This record gives sequence, structure tokens and C-alpha cells, in this order.
Amino acid sequence: MDLAFSPEDEAFRQEVREFIAAEWTDDLAERQKRSKTHHLGKEATIAWQQKLAKKGWMGINWPKEYGGPGFTQVQKYIFDFELNAAGVPLGENMGTIMCAPVIMAFGTDEQKKEHLPKTRAGERWWCQGYSEPGSGSDLASLSLKAEDKGDHYLLNGSKTWTTFAQYADWMFLLARTDNSGKKQEGISFLLLDMKTPGITIDPIYTIDLPAIGHQEVNQCFFEDVKVPKENLVGKENDGWTCAKYLLQFERGNAYAPRLTRVIEHIKEMAKKERSDTGTRLIDDEDFARQIADCERELMAIDFNERRVFAALSTGGAVGANSSMLKLRGTEVGQRLELLATEAVGYYVMPFERDTDASLDGLTNQPPIGPDYAASLAPIYFNHRKTTIYAGSSEVQRNIMSKAILGL
Amino acid sequence: MDIDFSPEDAAFREEVRTFIAENYPQEIRDKQKRGEKLTREEHLAWHKICYKKGWAAPKWPVEHGGTGWTVTQKYIWGEENALAETIPPLPFGMNMLAPVIMAFGSDEQKKSVLPGILSGEVWWCQGYSEPGAGSDLAGLKTRAVRDGDEYVINGAKTWTTLGQYADWMFCLCRTDPDVKKQEGISFILIDMKTPGITVRPIITLEGGHEVNEVFLEDVRVPVSNRVGEENKGWTYAKFLLSHERSGIAGVARSKRAIERLREISRTEVSGGAPLIEDQDFARKISDVEIQLTALEYTELRTLASESSGKGPGPEASLLKIRGTEIGQRITELTIEAVGYYGYPFRNGPMADGSNVFPVGPNYAAGAVPTYLNTRKTSIFGGSNEIQHNIIAKAVLGL
Amino acid sequence: MDFSFTEEQSMLRDMVQRFVRENYDLDARRKIVESEEGMSRDHWNTFAELGLLAAPFPEEYDGMGGSQIDTMVIMEELGRGLVVEPYFQTVVLGGGFIREGGSEDQKKALIPGIISGEDIYAVGFAEPQSRFNLFDITTKAEKSGDGYTLNGYKAVVLGGPWANKLIITARTSGGQSDADGISVFIVDKSANGVSTRDYPTIDGLRASEVTLENVAVGADALIGEEGKGGPLLEKVVDQGIAALCAEACGAMKVLNDTTVEYCKTREQFGQPIGKFQVLQHRMVDMFMEYEQSISMTYMVNLKLDESDAERKKAASAAKVQIGKSGKMIGQSAVQLHGGMGMTDELNVGHYFKRLTMIDTLFGNVDHHLRRYTNVDRAAA
Ligand SMILES: Cc1cc2nc3c(=O)[nH]c(=O)nc-3n(C[C@H](O)[C@H](O)[C@H](O)COP(=O)(O)OP(=O)(O)OC[C@H]3O[C@@H](n4cnc5c(N)ncnc54)[C@H](O)[C@@H]3O)c2cc1C
Ligand SMILES: Cc1cc2nc3c(=O)[nH]c(=O)nc-3n(C[C@H](O)[C@H](O)[C@H](O)COP(=O)(O)OP(=O)(O)OC[C@H]3O[C@@H](n4cnc5c(N)ncnc54)[C@H](O)[C@@H]3O)c2cc1C
Repeated sequence: MDLAFSPEDEAFRQEVREFIAAEWTDDLAERQKRSKTHHLGKEATIAWQQKLAKKGWMGINWPKEYGGPGFTQVQKYIFDFELNAAGVPLGENMGTIMCAPVIMAFGTDEQKKEHLPKTRAGERWWCQGYSEPGSGSDLASLSLKAEDKGDHYLLNGSKTWTTFAQYADWMFLLARTDNSGKKQEGISFLLLDMKTPGITIDPIYTIDLPAIGHQEVNQCFFEDVKVPKENLVGKENDGWTCAKYLLQFERGNAYAPRLTRVIEHIKEMAKKERSDTGTRLIDDEDFARQIADCERELMAIDFNERRVFAALSTGGAVGANSSMLKLRGTEVGQRLELLATEAVGYYVMPFERDTDASLDGLTNQPPIGPDYAASLAPIYFNHRKTTIYAGSSEVQRNIMSKAILGL
Repeated sequence: MDIDFSPEDAAFREEVRTFIAENYPQEIRDKQKRGEKLTREEHLAWHKICYKKGWAAPKWPVEHGGTGWTVTQKYIWGEENALAETIPPLPFGMNMLAPVIMAFGSDEQKKSVLPGILSGEVWWCQGYSEPGAGSDLAGLKTRAVRDGDEYVINGAKTWTTLGQYADWMFCLCRTDPDVKKQEGISFILIDMKTPGITVRPIITLEGGHEVNEVFLEDVRVPVSNRVGEENKGWTYAKFLLSHERSGIAGVARSKRAIERLREISRTEVSGGAPLIEDQDFARKISDVEIQLTALEYTELRTLASESSGKGPGPEASLLKIRGTEIGQRITELTIEAVGYYGYPFRNGPMADGSNVFPVGPNYAAGAVPTYLNTRKTSIFGGSNEIQHNIIAKAVLGL
Repeated sequence: MDFSFTEEQSMLRDMVQRFVRENYDLDARRKIVESEEGMSRDHWNTFAELGLLAAPFPEEYDGMGGSQIDTMVIMEELGRGLVVEPYFQTVVLGGGFIREGGSEDQKKALIPGIISGEDIYAVGFAEPQSRFNLFDITTKAEKSGDGYTLNGYKAVVLGGPWANKLIITARTSGGQSDADGISVFIVDKSANGVSTRDYPTIDGLRASEVTLENVAVGADALIGEEGKGGPLLEKVVDQGIAALCAEACGAMKVLNDTTVEYCKTREQFGQPIGKFQVLQHRMVDMFMEYEQSISMTYMVNLKLDESDAERKKAASAAKVQIGKSGKMIGQSAVQLHGGMGMTDELNVGHYFKRLTMIDTLFGNVDHHLRRYTNVDRAAA
């Protein structure tokens, strides 16, 4: 057991740092800082992804044959850590993480050729069409209908919570192609060009209330939308296998790097903010103690993640432990984001619908209060999502109860 | 809405307070302070003093020896006793059995059972739980088989609190195994001197002997000892449960416990100053006190609705859950307060019978045992999980 | 970065596991705890034979040259067995003072006694007024001739009744809670002027109140430099915390496994209670607390040799973790066992008690959160 990184790994770390220093430009940083929930928005996201892609750092989990960088576990850890420590987003997205692996495993050569290079290059924005109004945690009950019309399917129904559907070029989706058997059995995995006629995207405004057009989630309605059969991935009615296939690769996300950044941010704010007694907030016993306790939680998460990933490099599987990483990472994240709102006192209150407006030259009003305050409440409210999506906390506990405790 | 007590109530409170101050036995108070074990007689002493005064059973109707107090007076009585940390009458006869006898017992039973409970002469224990029937009480298996004008009882009861001192046990037994489990149960009174009864101690984790297993082997009990109808025992048991809940929040006792915690933390030292001046610790006391205030007002609200004639509803579950959680929290803080002097173990093999204890300050010796023992409060009287289930079903309609 | 155990470490774990399996079921433990002495000298000799007592000492003193990770492995397994024999007091703490602070002569003279099993140590660091502040010391050591004269009182000296050697912190100068002016002494318990009051502890150990009245010791009784014992004390205690965390993890693991097993077999309402989702989620939370604790235990054991500030933060953070997790797991284990969890008969209560006491030892959650914050501030 030891904590040291090899010289090669340290050199890699240096390379990552240099890349960030050179490519994470001030305008990107400013855009991120000013955005309501630290999302870059469409254009800047694409620009950043393309920079990473050029360096070969998109699709970091992809096999080399498809253009992946062939990182070792430790390199992945370092990469993740350094980007997050710098407060820089990864290029990974629903396309590279969720859609591409399915295409690699089940797709035709044409599908691979059509989609993989563009996805890795940051030239194709994917959205995920899984959830429906009646099918959330119980995804297999989904009912979006895909009727067999010979050379194409006809889609009728709706998907919901579709993240950034308004930006997306393509959607990968699960649709029902057969109603006769067990609910898991009649599902197919389809790829859909978002320009196809018959798609309506209705924004859903989340509680942080994003600016018009910048909504995070949408409901998508499909009315006689044609999907050519060549866009079926894998076998018809076998889509559940594709969806589940991803689980095998479940490596869990490392949350510690991002959370470390969040806590650093809180500390920076607490050096500027004052306590009730006029001291720096960071010198306030109670606040300092809360930070200390959060740091302790974070250390635990960090070492937990390192243990799990170390087991991966020696051939172990993460399995249901990824549920633990998700649970702990999101729950502690939420605790931190709440603490952040407490740091700024009353300046957590002002509300600005369009925080990007000044960047886009639409207003010359400076933000109200310190510039770090505006995004705190939106992020706190927005991140309540993290324990709901990607398998809610309750569902994760069910998984662990069954898979780990055997209950 | 009005949260003040009337002048009459204030006068009454004064009277109660004086009565307790003048009559509560000092030897017992000393023993309690040192956290020592009480004898059977000492358990009953305060009960008997109250009995002489006519105040043993404030909750009972006047015709059976109750005091005829208003709801508020009863509340005050309970509160003052708790603040003074008197040892209340055993709940088993007074609060659990007596209401059942009054409601469902024969005249004969009323005459033979109630006076002994009132005077504190007869010690009752509760024979409900069994090894296989805890939360799922209706799953009980102890069999009572009719044989002429007797029942022959076989089975085992467990967790019987202070059964080692008991004269009598009220017991749930299965009289009909062939119907739905709730329907074949009878409520039977058993003289603990009857042949065939064996009481075996269960030692709890802090080393005390508080609970017992009670084995029943061909125990013959006259049919006239059955309360109410045969196979209707579950109804009576449920009736009893609704009575078990009053005072369940333990607000006054927790208040007193917080006061004691403050006393301890004025004596204990942290970083050269009294522990009470330690920001972190003071904050934790405040926090639990605020929780207690919320509970107190919740209890007062239910009290108000009781005075206006509504019985305690499923909100009693809320009082039980929060009351026990707060009580447990205070014991946690108490072990924090005493620091290293929580370590010494009084009931240990070396200390038994010796008078060298306590090591460290007086108040420290009981801190950890009390913490450990208090874990029981979220288990018994309907575990806190079961209470959550009750609220989910009865209040939220889930 | 590597979290795997060496083959030797795995063998070490197997060995301690086997010892516990064969000698330390709950009944066997109960017999030991209730015996006159409260520990088993036979087991202690077995520890010596197995080389456990030699584990963390350098080879030049006939030790096994093991690392902190070896100690962690041993302590975790001893924690699973709820072993009472004073491995922690003697090897981790007593041995720690000698290894970290002793002169060449002292190491040569004292380590063999530990390795052979001859000497048992107990450490007097707490005093009635000190609470968890290691530097709050009123016991005095005055220079007299070549040596020192000790006067004072030590509270709750764990393992005191078993020990023949005491390590005593005393003031050679400075005010009551100054960081400077602390000296560490090794004192024979049989020395004139040492008296003890022995008693059992809640978690099945034994402890002593130790009074020192004009106890004369030689110059060779001083470990480390006079007046500079503070940092040594903190370092050894941090190592102790790292070991204690491992012990706590062992205990938590047993509680979790026992609870899951129990909930699979205990039936109420016609089904195993483990089918109730609230209980499942509670057990998942227990599991996660345990995993976090293990992670923090690795963390602190891997960071003991970093800078003082890093080491202190690591130790305090880990101690907070096991304090919180131990409480959550202990309380939940009792709760999920229902009445059975309250009994002395079942192992659950015993592990719960040990975890409760571990939270107190060397300072509870509040103490270590504060220490963490203070170290952080001093470093900033
Ligand atoms: C911001 C955001 C972005 C999203 N983006 C996408 C996207 O891009 N594409 C997409 O397909 N979906 C997306 N989702 C949807 C997400 O996957 C679902 O919200 C999630 O699956 C939960 O489903 P639901 O919202 O219908 O809640 P429900 O399933 O109705 O759950 C409601 C509550 O019940 C609990 N619950 C449900 N089942 C159980 C059980 N068996 N045991 C215990 N508790 C249970 C849940 O934990 C939750 O607390 C997004 C969601 C959000 C909030
Ligand atoms: C100190 C002490 C004194 C007692 N005194 C008496 C007495 O005098 N007379 C008497 O008759 N009894 C007495 N009891 C027994 C007490 O009523 C039972 O312990 C209680 O009913 C719980 O039953 P159990 O112990 O069998 O636990 P179980 O019912 O086996 O419960 C184990 C765990 O499962 C949980 N659980 C069970 N069912 C559910 C469910 N449906 N949903 C969610 N969780 C569930 C419980 O909450 C608990 O955490 C006493 C108990 C104690 C500890």
C-alpha cells in the first residue's frame, strides 16, 4: 500500500495541467463563472469539447481502436482530478458515455462509421431519450410506441426530462416495439436525427429557473416520427439488453475531484465573507467546523473512490459499489452546495433570470452582490436533481441491498 | 389560544412541588443520584406515599380512587414528578392493566385487582412478547387450553420487565389456533406463584437485570381470571396500547435530564474552562433543547385536543418517536460530557459488592450504562420503525 | 498509488484471523473478561510466539520490521475478535514511544521485553481535569540528582492493572497546558510511590487510577528530550488513532455482518424482517459508513509519515469518521436486533460498547473536528 504516483504519472499530470493552462481560456472561464449553474451553454461547450478532442482526450473510456486515449486507471484518475481541481468540465457527455459504447457493442459498421468519429470529435450532440412521464425509476415500463412500417419505425408518444434536447443533433432512445411479453422484452434501442419532422420540444423549467431557451430539461413529443430501420441498434425487442449493457462498464464516477473544488471555492468565499462578529467567516468557529466536517466526508469519499478504482486496475469489478460512490458523492455534494449558500448570507437571495445576459452584451448591469454569490442558490436548487436522476438514492440503496447485502 | 396556566393551576403546581419536596425519601434520592440499583420496596416507596395522600392514580376515574383532576392538573402532576425525578408507580398495573379491567373486567375482577394496584401492594408484569412475537405481537404462540373451569397454559414469554418481582402477570395467550391470528387470543391474569412458572433473568448490555424470560409449563389458571370474552384479547390489548401512550413523550423527564446535563457540563472542564462554555458542546445542548421545545408544544397541542374530548390519535406515535430520540440524544451528550470517566464499569466482576465506586465524579458512573440502557426506548412500546409505519398508514393514508 | 496488501500482510491477517477464530468466540472472551485478571497471559504468550508483538519494530532490535499497515491489519482483526489483551497499549502505544522517542540504549533495553511478551505497558496521558487535551498535565517531574522525582495522578489508564511498565506524561516546566515543558517517562509500576486503583471498564477492559507520590526514576527513564515530549506524544497518539481506527473497522464489520444475517433469519409478520425496505436502507447506510471508515483508516495509516500538519489532519479526520460511523452502526445494530440487541448474551452489545468507548478514547468527534480546524488554520 502506498499513495505515491509514479514519475510517468506525474509527467502525465503535468501534461494535463499545461493543456488546461493553454486551452481553458479566460472567456471560457468567465462564461462558466457567470452562468447560472456553471454550465457553459451550447457554443462554448462544443468549443471546449473540440479542444479536448483535438488533444485526443474525448471518449476517455473508449478503446483505442475507436480513438480512445488508452488511459490507465491511474491516468484516468489524474485526468479527472486535474480537470476538476481546475474547475474545468470534462468533455464526456451522454454521447461518449452512454450511446457510443452501445454502438460499439451492438451497432453495425455503418452506424459506427456514421456516429463514432463525430461523437468523439464533439461534432454530434446527443440527448438521452429514456424517461417518460409514466416511466422514471421503473424505466422498463416505458411506452413510447415504435411501430414497424417495413423500412422504418413510426414513433408516437413522448419522452421527458430530456437534458438539452433543444441543443441536440441526435437522440438515442428506448421505444416499445412489442407489447405482448414481459415489459423488459419489447423494447428497442433507436437512434433518431432530431431534425426529423414530427418532433416537438417543450421546455421544462427547473426550480433554479434558467433563462428562456437555456432550459436543462424538456419533454419531447413524437407524432408520426419516422426512424429508418438502419437506425435500430442491436436486435429489435432487445433494447433492454443494450441499456443494461452499459451497467457492466459501470465504473462509477469519481466525485471527490469536483467536490474538492467546491470546498475550495467555499473556503475562498469564506475568506472574503464576514461572520456575525466581524471576523472572516472562515475564522468563525461554527463555519470552520462545518467545513472541517465536510472535508472529512470528502476525504472519505476520495479514499473510497481510490480504493474502488485501484481494485479496477487489478482486474476487480466495481459492480454495485458504483451505487455507493454515486450516493455518497451526490449526498455530500448537496451538503456542500447548501453550505455554500450559507456562506454569502443575504446575497444568496437576489434572483437573476438570465445570468448570461451581460456576457452576451444584452445588459451592462453588474451582478448584485459579490460575483460568486449569484450561482449559489441556483446550483443548490438545481443539484437536488443529482439524487433523483441516474438512479435515485432510494433506488441505489435498493440495488446495494440486493447486490451487496443479499437482502 | 393560550399557553399560560391559570392562577389556580399555578397554586396547584406549588402544592405538588411542596408535597414532593417534603415527602420524597432522601435515601432513595441519594441512591438514584449514585445510579444504584433499587430494591423491590424502594421501587414502590413513592407510590405508597402518594397513595396515602390519595394521589396515586391521577388518571383513574374518581370511583376507582382517581383524583378528579383536570387534564391540566394531571399534566402538572406528571411534569413536577418528572422534574423532581421521582420514581413513578409501575406502569404495568397502573397504566396498562387497570384501564382494561375498568373497561372490560368483571365486577369481581374490579374488586380484586384494582385496589392492589392503587395501593401498590400488588406488583404486575406484562406478559405480551414472546421469542417469536415481538413487533408482530399477534403472532404469539403461548397456548391456553380449556380444561373444565381452568386454562392450562404452556409457552414462553420474554422481555418481561421486572418480572422477577412480580406477584401477577397479565398475559396474552392463544385460545384458538385455527382462526386469524388476531382472533384467537385471550387476556388472562396469572398469579406468579402458580406451579409451573419459571422466571429466568436476561442480563441487558449495560449489565442490569431488568428483563426476564417467563416459562409457563402446565400452568393452571381459573377461567375466572380471563378478562372479558374468550378470543377477544386482541381488542383489549389494542385498547391498552392506546393508554400506554400518554406521557410517552417524556418531555419533563428530558427537561430534567438536560438540566442535569448542564450541571455536569458546568463541572466538567474543557480547555481550562467549564465545558458549558465550549461552543460546540453548548450548541449541541441548545439543539436538543430546541427539539424538545418543539416536542413539548406538540404534546401540549395533543393535550388541548384531549381536553376537548378527543382521544389520543396516531399522533401519539410522533410523540413516542421524537420523545425517545430526544431522550437518547441527551444520554449521548451525557457520555460526551463525562469524557474518560465514562469508562469505569460498576457492574463488573471486580466491583460487585464492593463499595469502592464510583471512580471519577459521582455523576459519571451512570452515564454510559444509562446511554446503553436507553437504546431500549426505540425498541419497546412499539419500535420506532413500527411507529413510522403507523403514521404512514393512519395519518398519511399510505 | 496502490491499495493492495503484500503477501506477507495477507498471511499476517490470516494468522490473526485464525487465532481469533480458534480462541476468541464470545464465550471464551467472556471467560477472560470475567477472570480474576481480566486478560489471558496464555494468549499474550501466543502473541509473542506468533511474532505479533514484534511486528512494528525494526529488525535490528529483533523486530519484524513491519509497517504501520501491518499494525493496521493486526488491529483490524483484533477488533473483529474484540480481543482485550493489551496489544494496543503495549505494542502500539508503549512500543510507539520507545520506537519514536527512545535512545539507542533504550530501544536495545526495552524492545526485547515487549517482543518476548515479558513486559506489558500502559500509558498515563489523561488526568481528571485534562479531558482530551494531551498537553493539560499537572503531574510534575522534578530534577533530582541524575534523575527525576514524579508526583501526580493519572486517570483511566487503560490496561493499567495488567501492566508492569507505565509510560507517564509529566511536566518538567511550563504552565498546565503549555505545549512546551512536557516530558515522557517510563516508570516501573512496582516502583516506590506508585499506587493504583484498579477497575473494569464498560467495554470489558481493565483500567487504573494511578497515583505517583515522590516516585524516583533515573535519567534513563526519560524518553526523548526533556521538555520536548509534546510532539512525541502527539505523534504516538496519532499512530494510536490510526491503529484504533482499524480496530473500530473490525468491530463495525462484525456488527454489519451480524445484523444482515439476523435480518435474513428473524421473521415477523410472516417474512424475514430484512424484507422491509426501511431496514434494508438502514443496513445499506451501515454498509456505507463502514466502507467510508475503512477508506479513512487506510488514509490515516498511509499518511502517518507525512508532515506533522498532514498527519494530524489525517488522524483527526479519521477519528471523526469512526466516531460517527461507529455510533451509527452500533446504534443501528442494536435497533435492528430489537430486544435481542439489548442483551448481554448476544455479541452485538459488546461490539457496540467497544465502539462507544473508542469514540471517547483520545478525544471524541468534537475534539477532533476542532483539532482539524486548528491545524488547518495554523498551516494557512
Ligand atoms: C435534471 C434532470 C435531468 C434528467 N435528464 C434526463 C435525460 O436526459 N434523459 C432521460 O431519459 N431522463 C432524464 N432524467 C430523468 C431521470 O432519470 C428520472 O427523473 C429518474 O429516473 C426518476 O424518475 P422520476 O422522476 O419519474 O421519479 P419516480 O420514479 O416517480 O420517483 C419518485 C420518488 O420515488 C422513489 N422511488 C421510486 N421507486 C422506488 C423504489 N422501488 N423504492 C424506493 N423508492 C422509490 C424515487 O427515489 C423518488 O424519490 C432527468 C431528470 C432530471 C431531474
Ligand atoms: C428493555 C425491554 C423491556 C421490555 N419489557 C417488556 C414487557 O415488560 N413486556 C412485554 O411483553 N414486552 C416487553 N418488551 C418487548 C418489546 O415490546 C419488544 O422488544 C418489541 O415489541 C420489539 O420486538 P422484538 O424485540 O422481537 O423485535 P423485532 O420485532 O424482531 O424487531 C426487530 C427489528 O425489526 C424492526 N421491524 C419489525 N417489524 C417491522 C416492520 N413491519 N417494518 C419495519 N421494521 C420492522 C423493528 O423495528 C426492529 O428494529 C421489552 C423490550 C425491551 C428491550
